[in-house]
Amino acid sequence: MNDRNWIICGLIIFGLLVLSPILYNMGTAAPAPDLVIPQTAGEKCVRDTAYMQAEHMQLLDLWRHSVVRQAKREYVNPEGKTFNMSLSNTCLDCHSNKAEFCDRCHNYASVEPYCWDCHIDNPKETE
Amino acid sequence: MKPSRRRFLHTAGAAALGLGAVPPVFKAMASGSAHSDDAHDAAGSDTKAPEHHGGGHSAQPTTRKGAKSLKAKQWAMVIDTRKLAHAEDIEPIIEACHLAHNVPHIPNQKHEIKWLWEEHYHHAFPGKTNRFLNEDVEHRPFLVLCNHCENPPCVKACPTKATFKRESDGIVLMDFHRCIGCRFCMAACPFGARSFNFRDPRPFLAETNKKFPTRMMGVVEKCNFCAERLAEGLQPACVEASSGAIAFGDLYDPHSEVRELLHENFTIRRKQGLGTEPSVYYIV
Repeated sequence: MNDRNWIICGLIIFGLLVLSPILYNMGTAAPAPDLVIPQTAGEKCVRDTAYMQAEHMQLLDLWRHSVVRQAKREYVNPEGKTFNMSLSNTCLDCHSNKAEFCDRCHNYASVEPYCWDCHIDNPKETE
Repeated sequence: MKPSRRRFLHTAGAAALGLGAVPPVFKAMASGSAHSDDAHDAAGSDTKAPEHHGGGHSAQPTTRKGAKSLKAKQWAMVIDTRKLAHAEDIEPIIEACHLAHNVPHIPNQKHEIKWLWEEHYHHAFPGKTNRFLNEDVEHRPFLVLCNHCENPPCVKACPTKATFKRESDGIVLMDFHRCIGCRFCMAACPFGARSFNFRDPRPFLAETNKKFPTRMMGVVEKCNFCAERLAEGLQPACVEASSGAIAFGDLYDPHSEVRELLHENFTIRRKQGLGTEPSVYYIV
């Protein structure tokens, strides 16, 4: 039991080392991004905001499956309104600000959806 | 207490009975909670996509086909090669297809992407090359594309079902989301109708059509019989650009334009002997 002090010192140093990234970054969390909601007057999104925030990926997954594999291209939302299921057209027609709308939040959450490898980002922006 | 064999067997038996009772109890508990989950799902879930039931308001979101979409049992194409005798007749048709689908023009032939292209008779119909052929036919340019076979070997080869034969109208389609780029389908296709994206196609697109996505590196692509145009009630882009030389319609509708043409003209198909049942017919 002669090495007790050494062992306790070592444990404390080890604990500090392990916790160092957390301690170093304490209180410096990046603020949540504020999204720029498009100002298309009178237009309502396919679904309500809460649903879109939480479930837009499931919605898009349903859309792509329905369009590509089942040849069903129209989406009737709970209010009975019909939409053409298209990311590049329907979604981006309103959300023409992909950089401020999609990318900001995806960057913050560190997700890299590969939608835009194929689906054409709004050309209006690049013109 | 002295441990005896009798006592040990008693304890072991009781323990075994107790353990045996655990799974049914758990199952009963789990099904009890699952029932409440189901009820919750029915109220709020939206992942199901039930058939459309006659318009009107519904609390459940649904997906459906557009009212204008064209329907067929098996789409087929009849190409009247007599009307497309020169390369100049064919170029605008290819151009229309490639513009509509964002098909890149890559100069390096090894990386070329083709949906609709021109082929020499000997390559298009290798089984039908007599030694002495009608010179006019032999040197005519032939438009070739995916044959949307009724018995497609590419579909059987695909390990992810990225390529599939659409039940509703017989089009052999690609789901680029699922393609893993293994190229088994390319090996399986006897018509060379499939191209692989060895590189990002975007830099090779002069202009893009926003109505159709581009592709990414590592997926296989091919003609889709303009499934996206049929959904809007339009004829395929090549048919529209051909000024009457290409006909399109339902192979199983005896009154369709293609069936009438097949009835009136002698037609050939590519590599018919392989049994894939191509849906593209050529009037020679």
